Amino acid sequence: MISKDEVEKIAHLARLEIDDSQKEKMAEQLSNILQYIDKLKDVDVRGVKLSSGVAFMNNVFREDEVGVSPGPCVTLANAPERDEDFYTVPRVVK
Amino acid sequence: MQYHELTIGSAKKLLFDRKISSFDLTSALLDRIETYDDKIGAFITVDKDAALKQAKKADQDILNNKVSGLTGVPIALKDLLCTKGLKTTCASKILDNFIPQYDGTVVRKLKENGAIIIGKTNMDEFAMGSSTENSSYHVTTNPWNNAYVPGGSSGGSAAAVAARFCCAAIGTDTGGSIRQPASHCGVVGLKPTYGRVSRFGLVSYASSLDQIGPITKDVTDAAILLNIISGKDQMDSTSASIDVPDFTKAFEQFEKGSLKGMTAGIPKEYMSVEGIDPEVEIVFNGAKKILKELGVEIKEISLPHTDYVVAAYYIIAPCEASSNLARFDGVKYGFRDMACDDLIDMYKKTKSKGFGPEVKRRILIGTYALSAGYYDAYYGRASQVRTLIMEDFSTAFKACDFILSPVAPAPAFKIGENMDDPLTMYLTDIFTLSANMAGIPGISIPAGYSSKGLPIGIQMMANRFDEISLLRAGYGFEKTIQLDKKFPDF
Repeated sequence: MISKDEVEKIAHLARLEIDDSQKEKMAEQLSNILQYIDKLKDVDVRGVKLSSGVAFMNNVFREDEVGVSPGPCVTLANAPERDEDFYTVPRVVK
Repeated sequence: MQYHELTIGSAKKLLFDRKISSFDLTSALLDRIETYDDKIGAFITVDKDAALKQAKKADQDILNNKVSGLTGVPIALKDLLCTKGLKTTCASKILDNFIPQYDGTVVRKLKENGAIIIGKTNMDEFAMGSSTENSSYHVTTNPWNNAYVPGGSSGGSAAAVAARFCCAAIGTDTGGSIRQPASHCGVVGLKPTYGRVSRFGLVSYASSLDQIGPITKDVTDAAILLNIISGKDQMDSTSASIDVPDFTKAFEQFEKGSLKGMTAGIPKEYMSVEGIDPEVEIVFNGAKKILKELGVEIKEISLPHTDYVVAAYYIIAPCEASSNLARFDGVKYGFRDMACDDLIDMYKKTKSKGFGPEVKRRILIGTYALSAGYYDAYYGRASQVRTLIMEDFSTAFKACDFILSPVAPAPAFKIGENMDDPLTMYLTDIFTLSANMAGIPGISIPAGYSSKGLPIGIQMMANRFDEISLLRAGYGFEKTIQLDKKFPDF
């Protein structure tokens, strides 16, 4: 159902890398799971609404008031790499 | 009475009457953890110095008559809950060095009520798993028998309570992760109604399914904790604007007599699930008998879409997870692979090195199911089936007050037994997944043992926001069953 190539494509979408040695096993496991999930095709869902659960019936609003922000020393406390109040990352645009 | 035997209820009484000190209680539990947790591995982090400091303060507060709901009571927290200044890893390499800068709402409420946070417990990585074997740290073993799993994903919390390393613990439940390990470890586990407890500060796995709840030595403690952690929270827009009753009042309704007037429904589809261990059936039938003797009317009900629950869950949860875990990209916090050419390379290498195999598997399933061309066929369809599952329960609760079922098809399995085939593991969640899909509360209560001496629990599920019925029925059942051995022998 899912080939090694497809595993590569999905992994790229998810920004993951799967080791070559693991790709075959992953493809097999994913195929098994998706094959089981295929049984959902047997359900008559004509006219049935999609649910995303029970809570998402109403929007929740608050007053548009500026609150207190914790500030960079808190926000950047776990930064893997930083330059003063900025996170640094590898080059984005080549 | 030994310190480690105390429940929240009994500890509070002794503490507030000044018969024991929180410092002595906390020290005794910390010593016990040091002595026995080597073999069990319930904890990822034991916060010894801070806990003793909090305990000293609690004793001061008690002397000054400044007591709250949990003053001086040691509680363990699943390592998925953000604790300010205390490492929170979600049992993942990707968060091995992560120190939250705030307390989640549940943590804040526990602290405001004077609880002693004794440590952070082990779990399946990002709550994905049913055995606590998916932790990147170590496998937690079942305190009843170290060759067996404690269940998951809140295996560390359940093991900590069963091993009496704390008065109680907090876990999280997305597909059964409080109820199943509670059952496998012989303790009480309660998943509240979706929206009853704030998820702010809970690292999200599947946002429409996750809930935080108590894992305790008895039903009374579950009610005490539920009182404290429940409530509408501005920081969680999915938390319900509904009043929190006093859950401990549920017991008054039992003290007055029996459980007469209550109806329990047993889903006929559950009883024909393949592969139910005969010993689970024996314990379940024994539980039915006790409830009947307490005056509960037992009737058969139907949950017609039971056969599709596992399939629907294992699309919806991974889809939501694939979105929620995208944030772990090494940019703002957590592990970052430093040897990277460019940003995309950094994302890929960081995640590939940081996430374990089960997490990767679920992200891939979710990504695939949400990708162009597949969304309607998988996620869309699963969401429609979810509506049908919710309708099944709405109909069922017209005929009964609560639904009675086993928690898992079999008692705890041996460590390593289910690791080869993920699908086999997924199928063991059959009885617990529905409560999350429908957003209803569920409780797991100790009900017996297997011939190997492993605990077996029973599950009760009630309509949305009707935790009172679960606590009432659960309390009555617990008081009547009088199990020989409530905790392992150490």
